[in-house]
Amino acid sequence: MTASALDLAFQALADPTRRAMVERLGRGPASVSDLAEPFAISLPGVVQHLKILESAGLVRSEKAGRVRTCRLEPQVLGLAEQWINDRRHDWERRLDCLGDYLDTLGDPP
Amino acid sequence: MTERSAAHGVFTIERTYPHPPAKVFAAFATEAGKAKWFGGPPEQWAELRRQFDFRVGGREHASGRWAQTGVTSHFDCLYWDIVPNERIVYTYEMHLDDRKISVSLATIELEAVDGGTRLIVTEQGAFLDGYDDAGSREHGTNFLMDRMGATLD
Repeated sequence: MTASALDLAFQALADPTRRAMVERLGRGPASVSDLAEPFAISLPGVVQHLKILESAGLVRSEKAGRVRTCRLEPQVLGLAEQWINDRRHDWERRLDCLGDYLDTLGDPP
Repeated sequence: MTERSAAHGVFTIERTYPHPPAKVFAAFATEAGKAKWFGGPPEQWAELRRQFDFRVGGREHASGRWAQTGVTSHFDCLYWDIVPNERIVYTYEMHLDDRKISVSLATIELEAVDGGTRLIVTEQGAFLDGYDDAGSREHGTNFLMDRMGATLD
């Protein structure tokens, strides 16, 4: 990811509503009304937030019939970042297991 | 034909465990200890083969199949530096099926702190020829959130 793309992504994610929308999309694609549901804002307000996320390249949306479906756009993450992140993720999971395992051992005599 | 590429990355992870360095070190240095925590998630990953020779110049191997995708991952490691209770340095390569996806240098540092051990993992890697991991989208999001968290600290 270039610095300017990262700037755009960070600006887009500086807003808590947009972060919550990205978190929701991290669990799978959703319609605009699904996305709007947890928030006390109007549908046009959600669409406005979506536009910012889309212009930052974080989210992509497609209209099929009357439903606009939104999904995360993984391409904004560089491949190297995916690799680093996957390795980090592996380590974090393993180090959690290590901590659990250590806790099961008795104290040394 | 495979499109050739190499991308480089480095990251560090720190944890503090309420256990003395010797106990944490043993979880890396003994086959029985390491088998308890180093592998894929047990509900998703079935171990196929494991080999363990913890000494400078010794090799370690772990492979297993991911239930959901049927992909087999292979971890092949060579130990370069071992200072008991303090430091472990190794290089490793990762394959998914027969594709070599990365070659990395990993440094594990242990430091006695009040009430336990600080563990620092540093990885420097060359990631080869691109790859598409089914989980990367979700991880990618978490990664962005982590990055953002780091800028706010």
